[in-house]
Amino acid sequence: MTLLALFGVISSAIFSGTSLLYTTLGEVIDERSGIVNLGLEGVLLVSASSGFAVTALSGSPYLGILVSVLAGGLMNIILGYLVITRKANQLASGLALMFFGFGLSALIGKSFVGTKINSLPRLLLPGLEGLPRIYTSLFKFDPLIYLVIPMAFLVWWLLFRTRWGLGLRAVGENADIAYASGRNPHLIRYQALFVGGMLAGLGAAQLAIAYAMNWTEYMTAGRGFIAVALVIFSKWHPLRAIVGALIFSAAVAFQLLLQSSGVQISPFLLDTIPYLLTLIVLIAWGGNRKHSAPASLGRVYQGSE
Amino acid sequence: MLKTSEVAPRFPMLQNKTIILVIRYLYMILLAFLLFGVILLISGKDPLQSYKDIFTYTLGSAYGFSEVLVAMIPMLLTALAVALPARVGLINVGGEGQLYIGAAFATFGALTFSSLPAWLLLPIMIILGMLGGALWAFLPGYLKSIGLVNETITTLLLNPVAPKIIGFLIFGFWHSPMDTIKTPNFVEAARLPTFFGTRIHLGLFIGLILLVLFWLFMKYTRWGLEIRAIGNNAQAARRNGVPLKKYLIIVMCVGGAIAGLAGMSQVSGFYGVLLLNFSMSLGYMGFMVSWLAGGEPLGIVLMSSVISVIITGGNLLQLTRGVPYSVINLLLAFTLFVVLARPNLIKGKK
Repeated sequence: MTLLALFGVISSAIFSGTSLLYTTLGEVIDERSGIVNLGLEGVLLVSASSGFAVTALSGSPYLGILVSVLAGGLMNIILGYLVITRKANQLASGLALMFFGFGLSALIGKSFVGTKINSLPRLLLPGLEGLPRIYTSLFKFDPLIYLVIPMAFLVWWLLFRTRWGLGLRAVGENADIAYASGRNPHLIRYQALFVGGMLAGLGAAQLAIAYAMNWTEYMTAGRGFIAVALVIFSKWHPLRAIVGALIFSAAVAFQLLLQSSGVQISPFLLDTIPYLLTLIVLIAWGGNRKHSAPASLGRVYQGSE
Repeated sequence: MLKTSEVAPRFPMLQNKTIILVIRYLYMILLAFLLFGVILLISGKDPLQSYKDIFTYTLGSAYGFSEVLVAMIPMLLTALAVALPARVGLINVGGEGQLYIGAAFATFGALTFSSLPAWLLLPIMIILGMLGGALWAFLPGYLKSIGLVNETITTLLLNPVAPKIIGFLIFGFWHSPMDTIKTPNFVEAARLPTFFGTRIHLGLFIGLILLVLFWLFMKYTRWGLEIRAIGNNAQAARRNGVPLKKYLIIVMCVGGAIAGLAGMSQVSGFYGVLLLNFSMSLGYMGFMVSWLAGGEPLGIVLMSSVISVIITGGNLLQLTRGVPYSVINLLLAFTLFVVLARPNLIKGKK
């Protein structure tokens, strides 16, 4: 195991963890308002494919990211229409959204498989200028990676330090009481879904445009479900989501590390680590009701027409 | 936490408003096809011709129709695996994982006891498959029964784990000499019998019989009554002496066992081999079928046949019109969207 290989592993873990953290942050906002989005996988795929397609057509990754972000928001609005306006079951609607995403993304991305795009510039991590060139190439990250931690703090600030966030959390805890105190649960949930979808779109953009720089069908490979798991792991808190994403990245890194050092552990089993870890944490924290899920998560707000 | 008592309303199929309902459902399906037609038009296909193809193939030819029935089999079972736990208020989103583990257990049986005759081997595989699914559902059921973690979350978390275990088993131990992503073909004795010279296998009859049994069980047995009592008001049932914890665990495990049976019937009846990632969301599909059917057996049969027509027809479109298969997911999603949104054609109660 050389130092170079170790750095390579850390670098790729950062790349793969970033899109996950954005997605998780988005889902934290959705769920804080009381809506589980099981269709996150579909949202990610549509965002990734549309963003990639626009980048390929226009040549501008920034335009692509913008489209990704908007696509994510719009996908979540579809879910919003079903579960908020039509009061449909959230889990079933989320799964329908997932199938929709599978189909739509394949249709959008079909003619862009194998296309080359202009990606985002990669900037060297400050303070590492003195390293030899083969090392520095591993620590050149795209701007979206640098923005992800500040974004987590921004989401935290939005949720816990603004009136909007207070209203959003109130709706997630008890929509009837929030309504009685003069808030509009329907509107707030739509807003939460749109913002959450935009964050998921940002994650998808980082994955397709900045990191992988290509489009393949089902390229998200279960990230949507991992994000749902990480939200639970982080107990619906944006800052703990950073820890969750780090642990996931570490599991990925660990797996790459073992492979490169020739240890014979099946990568299939290592892939299960994030899920099993979340499960263990859930069981360990299960008795502790403080900081647990938003009280009306998954419930339909019947409204008062 | 997710609310567990939020079980779907009963499917009001056989009430006197049947005709209104039929019209509404037809209208919903029509709306879905309209939406999909737009997509087909945009991608340069003739929607009318495509639809004609779908229906003449799936409903107009014997072979096509048999393929629809074949596609229905796993959905009948995975939907039942959701519908039964839903009656005690458990939300089993874990059909996908339970199906995989059931398939793995059944495959273990097929590979280990391959010298046994079919009349002995198949029952062993069925039992193993059900055991596997039940095991995968035990932990969520147990954690729920002691009030520690919600079953929706645990079943969901265990779903992605199961195919990874399958991958580990195939890649590490079971793969055929030629191919590392699947096991060797099962021996003939490990295959469920097929009928009428089509791919329809015994799984169809198992699924239909289980649905009838489910209906009888819920309606005429003491256990069915107690299950319904728990589903309606768990605390009241408990105070009346219904052993709540025992029911939660057992019903969850039985649900898992049925999903495991779906996995067994797929590998033994349909593929005849265990493939990596063979399920392709069958478990999730079952969840939606059950939810849309309100957990009623007849509704499950109807919903899964609608979805099977779409899937089978989609396969055909892929072959004849060059429509990419994944686009069929769009038609499926549109159908689900409109059913979920329940548009009101006739002003009435929602």
